[in-house]
Amino acid sequence: MTNFLVQWGINPWGEDTLIHAQWGLVYVAFAFGLGFMVAHTLFVKFWPKPAGPVTAPSNEAKAARVPARVPRHSLAARTFHWIMAASMLTLLGTASAPVLGLQFNWIEIHWIAGLALTVSIVYHIIHASFWLDFWSIWLNKEDAREAMTRLKRAMGQSAPAPRKAGKYPWDNKMYHTAIVLTALATVPTGLFMLNRVETPLFTRNPYLFSDTTWGVMYVLHGLAGIGLVGLTIAHIYFAIRPEKLWITKGMVFGDISREEFLHHHDPERWIVDTSTPGAPGHQRV
Amino acid sequence: MAIVHDVMPVFELFQPTTVEDTVALLDQYDKDAWVLAGGLDTFDWFKDRNKRRQVVVDLSGVQGLRGVKKAADGGLEIGAATTLTDLANHALVKESYALLSQAAALVASPQIRNQGTLGGNVSQDTRCWYYRSGWTCYRAGGNICYADTPSAINREHAIFDANRCVAVNPSDTAPALIALDAQMVIRSSGGERVVNAENYFIGPSTDIMRMTVLRPGELLTAIRVPATWANAEFYFEKVRERLVWDFPLVNVASALKVSGGMIQGSRIVVNAVAAHPMRLTTVENAIAGKPRNEETASMAGDLAVQGARPLAHNGYKIPLVRNLVKRAIRGGPRA
Repeated sequence: MTNFLVQWGINPWGEDTLIHAQWGLVYVAFAFGLGFMVAHTLFVKFWPKPAGPVTAPSNEAKAARVPARVPRHSLAARTFHWIMAASMLTLLGTASAPVLGLQFNWIEIHWIAGLALTVSIVYHIIHASFWLDFWSIWLNKEDAREAMTRLKRAMGQSAPAPRKAGKYPWDNKMYHTAIVLTALATVPTGLFMLNRVETPLFTRNPYLFSDTTWGVMYVLHGLAGIGLVGLTIAHIYFAIRPEKLWITKGMVFGDISREEFLHHHDPERWIVDTSTPGAPGHQRV
Repeated sequence: MAIVHDVMPVFELFQPTTVEDTVALLDQYDKDAWVLAGGLDTFDWFKDRNKRRQVVVDLSGVQGLRGVKKAADGGLEIGAATTLTDLANHALVKESYALLSQAAALVASPQIRNQGTLGGNVSQDTRCWYYRSGWTCYRAGGNICYADTPSAINREHAIFDANRCVAVNPSDTAPALIALDAQMVIRSSGGERVVNAENYFIGPSTDIMRMTVLRPGELLTAIRVPATWANAEFYFEKVRERLVWDFPLVNVASALKVSGGMIQGSRIVVNAVAAHPMRLTTVENAIAGKPRNEETASMAGDLAVQGARPLAHNGYKIPLVRNLVKRAIRGGPRA
């Protein structure tokens, strides 16, 4: 039994059981990612820009106190990001390459990368909870209002210019939320699936769950993983877009310039502690 | 679940007479096509309705795929559709490549050897009954190996290189061809490619749903056996549950070059212990330059089983491999 989303099979008891996501969806995810890039590029180039200022003016007194370089990502945060990026690309590559016809011993690389990702996420959660402003990355009502304002303006309707962003613009937060949701689907299921393959970590136990439960796990893992293909393509696309390169540089070098800060951020929403200007890590980043 | 039906599912049958037409058909129908040689693997699948194809391409009329002939380099070129009986009885094969004729002569039963082909024997699918029963195991595209569960019946399964799937390659001629350093000639609409026999077979870590490198649209047309190992000292032994009409529990094929009692070179291959025939290169390297005696044979046997990981019911394969490799070095059972 097959359908668009999942593959069904028959177990030894003659029961229909979920097997995994339809691997053909990998092609859909790639097509979506590429389609998104093209659509966004056309949108930016040809869609009429809203009349008036792009963003509301910032508080000039506070803007004047912004230092020449503003630390954006600590070394710890950047290390996490790049470890996560490497493990994510490895996971997606090892999972999708066999579907696309490139056959190799992918399982071992996949589960090792999965463990690296898991460890880095645990580290990130602890780091973000105790050393960073935990809530700064989560969507809130103000983000929803801002998104609506931007949508209205993009559609040619009358709306006031939105405020500049806090540390994380609402689209960054949206992306983070999507990544968190897919990670919640892929990481726990992946850790359980480790029980099905030969690793030095523990004795295999394919009977840990029933066929049905395993099937649901494989489907969740597969569908979320396929979703990550599209999300990752979109992420890389934004990382290399010319107007977004300053963010990428910030993720490489850790800080942004005063001009970049003032162009994109509202000093009232991203409060930079200037008591010791230029001191890396001095403010909540 | 395997259900035996009176008739096979409907398919469209093509009976080409040339390799070119065959390749064109395989190119046209790609994944929808099934290559039928002797039919001994095919009809199990079709009658159990566990594999279905829209199109079957029957090779029985392609004369270009049959026969054994001497190659320019002094070796042999064997058509992939040559029957195992013809191969086992062919004078050239018996004369210089007795390893291959012995292996072919031990396949299944006389009736099956009359019908079965060399290409079919090396390209056949695994005989794991969980897989062939139609359950959606890893090899069938699922997410479990039913043969590698705590209560599984896995007496015949793998002790090496298992990777999710523990099925084994059941071919008798495959290890002999690898021991002879044969090459597999593969044709497709894109041309011809030649693959070493050793690399023709793939394990589940590479592709869990295939036993060989053959892709849809490709046809194994010939097997070339170079003269390199002609008239070497050969040994082939197949251990099976019954003396005829059975697949190997383990088989071993070896070719040794011995001079003055010293082993100058060797190729030793065991099968039915992994999803692909296993060439024992560690053993080959270890015995090179050593005297052909009991001590070397024992050392080779012990080396051969290093890394073996038995399942619940196939631990016996470890001493079996050890002793078969010993025999291969000695040239037979202890006198």
